[in-house]
Amino acid sequence: MLEVQNLSMRFGGLLAVDQVSLDVQEHEIVAIIGPNGAGKTTVFNCMSGFYKPTGGKILFEGNEIQGKPDYKISRLGLVRTFQHVRLFNRMTVVENLLVAQHRHLNTNLISGILKTPNYREREQKSLDRAAYWLDRVGLTEMANRDAGNLAYGQQRRLEIARCMVTEPKLLMLDEPAAGLNPAETKDLNQLIISLKEDYNVSVVLIEHDMSLVMDISDRINVINQGRPLASGTPDEIRRNDDVIKAYLGEA
Amino acid sequence: MTANLKHALFCAFITLIISYPILGFDLKGRGTSVALEGVDISTSIGVLLAVVIVFVFQLYRDTIMGSVRQLPAINPLANREPMEQSKRLKLESILLTLMVIGAVIWPFIASRGAVDLATLVLIYIMLALGLNVVVGLAGLLDLGYVAFYAVGAYSFALLSQYFGISFWFALPIGAGLAALFGLVLGFPVLRLRGDYLAIVTLGFGEIIRILLNNMTSLTGGPNGIGGIPDPTLFGMEFSRLIKEEGNTSFHETFGIAYSGEHKVIFLYLIALVLAVITAVAIRRLMRMPVGRAWEALREDEIAAKSLGLSRTAVKLSAFTIGAFFAGFAGTVFASKQGFISPESFVFLESAIILAIVVLGGMGSQMGVILAAIAVTILPELAREFSEYRMLIFGAAMVLMMVWRPQGLMPMRRIHIELKRQE
Ligand SMILES: Nc1ncnc2c1ncn2[C@@H]1O[C@H](COP(=O)(O)OP(=O)(O)O)[C@@H](O)[C@H]1O
Ligand SMILES: [Mg+2]
Repeated sequence: MLEVQNLSMRFGGLLAVDQVSLDVQEHEIVAIIGPNGAGKTTVFNCMSGFYKPTGGKILFEGNEIQGKPDYKISRLGLVRTFQHVRLFNRMTVVENLLVAQHRHLNTNLISGILKTPNYREREQKSLDRAAYWLDRVGLTEMANRDAGNLAYGQQRRLEIARCMVTEPKLLMLDEPAAGLNPAETKDLNQLIISLKEDYNVSVVLIEHDMSLVMDISDRINVINQGRPLASGTPDEIRRNDDVIKAYLGEA
Repeated sequence: MTANLKHALFCAFITLIISYPILGFDLKGRGTSVALEGVDISTSIGVLLAVVIVFVFQLYRDTIMGSVRQLPAINPLANREPMEQSKRLKLESILLTLMVIGAVIWPFIASRGAVDLATLVLIYIMLALGLNVVVGLAGLLDLGYVAFYAVGAYSFALLSQYFGISFWFALPIGAGLAALFGLVLGFPVLRLRGDYLAIVTLGFGEIIRILLNNMTSLTGGPNGIGGIPDPTLFGMEFSRLIKEEGNTSFHETFGIAYSGEHKVIFLYLIALVLAVITAVAIRRLMRMPVGRAWEALREDEIAAKSLGLSRTAVKLSAFTIGAFFAGFAGTVFASKQGFISPESFVFLESAIILAIVVLGGMGSQMGVILAAIAVTILPELAREFSEYRMLIFGAAMVLMMVWRPQGLMPMRRIHIELKRQE
């Protein structure tokens, strides 16, 4: 469903991403790994429309999306989280989830001010969806706390829930396990698999936690210094000499 | 301690060299020449006293500020348990209803001057509630808000002058035009944030004022526009003699004696209704997807965009809706004064409205309303100090920033009850 072809991104003299290609099929979890500064986040930023790539193509469901504005790409069903959690800190947890559903609530101002039955019904639906996902990530008790006051692990989960209420087709997670303790990482592991199995969402994942990556990924792409180094199933990557030398060996 | 002492000495010195030359000497004209004279001893003592106060304050600043911060502990309401949601809402709605009922009855027992002042308060409430959308919710620092107020006022003045359009028709047109200006200003500043946005909007406010000043043939320039008609009630005028063909007069229709107070009270009631409409409409908007989008954009623009919110649409809607209510207020203001000139729309007005929003608590409607009342009425009560009005204003702002940086009544998030998942 997603195809990245020869993607390049240059910042002044620095070629941060150089001819990277990858593809994601429906119902698949694809990981991108590589040392710090390899250009993984930059690939994400190009895919989600935050950067306009200097070269290459990105196809989503057959349509070119490179260079499209970020909010339009996310409306296509390509939603991401951030390496450093970005929540709406001074809004409550539920409100964070409601903001994400503005598309389902795209009513005009007047019907909202007058609270027409149609408007109420839709508002109730988005509340129900928010409640469902809060329960799913175990944050129901926190529903009316300010998002900024949550513990770090909870913030991470809320960020994923916030993506899921938009009912995306493809979810991009940038280091979702960073800063989580082993128990939380295990929960996350299960959550990501369930996103694929139960909600039919494809996932692209940047991660440093090797056990998590090897466990849940269907395929893995390795990037080193902006260039693609290897790609294949977890087993293939584990046995790849280049990868072992460049990345796994050091770790 | 030595660092403190040094700092205190420095501050005292600065106080001395700033205040003594300004207050300590008098310029006296003697024929054609001007001479410098020392003033009387009491002023010198005053300056010296000020220097000592500054010195002592700076020396013990940490202790003093520390105790100022502890002031809320004296406040009996500070440490109480937060009330239960349903109870609070009930109390709040009862209180609000009582306030509105009181506000309706009150003009019939109050003096004419007081009612007139109250109308002004209501106009400021409308303005502050509108600016609260832009600054408090959307987080866009707008220093030229008064421009939209001016657009509303001038729309009515010009429409009535050139086309004889009455208040009731001018009200939506004025608000609509102001909203249009908000939209137009919104476009160029879409990419700007914080300081840059503040400077551009400040410029925009001044441009509008200078335009009004210089387009003499249309707006009368600094002379302003007079003879702006009062509102009518179903074709009834409130003046002694009917000004417009086909209208009747209020006192004759009801067979009561003419009184100038009727008009003042009527204007007050109109302003009250409009202020209530403004408050209710914005309150609804805050709880709707647009309102949440404003806040989301304020909190994290990148995250908001990553969820499919269009920055353009969200920012423009905030600017437009904020400007709309300023236009409302402007129309009422023009009608109340009967005369407007660019002088009423200087930067100071923008600053005062912004101060109301900040003092009240960004995003908090109740706080903004209270602050609007305080900021408009207090200077009237302390008329003897009117020379020091700005000084007191500044001191109050500084104190607030130290004591309650989040404003009089900080915004409270609404509690949303969720259905339990089975
Ligand atoms: N906006 C930017 N401007 C300039 N250089 C950037 C920018 N974003 C990323 N880079 C550079 O691109 C390289 C790759 O960064 P990044 O994609 O964040 O790496 P990773 O996520 O793999 O750790 C780094 O050298 C970084 O300094
Ligand atoms: Mg990164």
